[in-house]
Amino acid sequence: MSAADLVISPLPLWAEALVGLLLLISGLLALISALGLHRLRSFFMRMHAPAITAALGVWAVAGASILYFSLRQGRLELQSWLIIILLAVTAPVTTVLLARAALFRQRTQEIASRASSKSSSGPGTI
Amino acid sequence: MSPLLSGAIIATLACYTLAMALAGLRLLRGPSAQDRVLALDFLYVLGMLLVLVLGIRYNSQMYFEVALLIGLFGFLGSAALAKFLLRGEVIE
Repeated sequence: MSAADLVISPLPLWAEALVGLLLLISGLLALISALGLHRLRSFFMRMHAPAITAALGVWAVAGASILYFSLRQGRLELQSWLIIILLAVTAPVTTVLLARAALFRQRTQEIASRASSKSSSGPGTI
Repeated sequence: MSPLLSGAIIATLACYTLAMALAGLRLLRGPSAQDRVLALDFLYVLGMLLVLVLGIRYNSQMYFEVALLIGLFGFLGSAALAKFLLRGEVIE
């Protein structure tokens, strides 16, 4: 690692500051969405929290990666754009599937609990 | 690499690790099965971001392909798990 550091020249200060700022923003966003996932009360509230990271956090990291490698190689390196596209396509699909599964499970649970309460507690009890 | 950028990278990795710990807590504790699937989905996104940041840290383009594979297989995994929760079987 130290030998590689000697070979490659360091980036200008503004570029390193910009890359570091983008990385820090994504780290804070990840922390915010993890706190949301940890603290929010119901499942449908908790579904919102990871979307912050899947949208803006990934954009920030991919932007930092594009900026860093473009300046390092001296040409435009747009590979990380693929990750943005991949997550933009796949994250909503996962969200919709999970929401449908959660709604389905909630409904079947409600029906089951209603049937069991109706059968266990007779019509006279309140 | 200047101490500015390496410090920012270390702080970012620490944030990701903390977020992964919180998501792991939700994965272990989550009251219902869909909570666990959601936490797993979040964990793979965080792992992908971690690998991308490590690629910047070690100045290597190889990490990008690892991140792409993690993204693809993570999506497949959580889609299959959500389908399993919905139907009780993955392939009908």
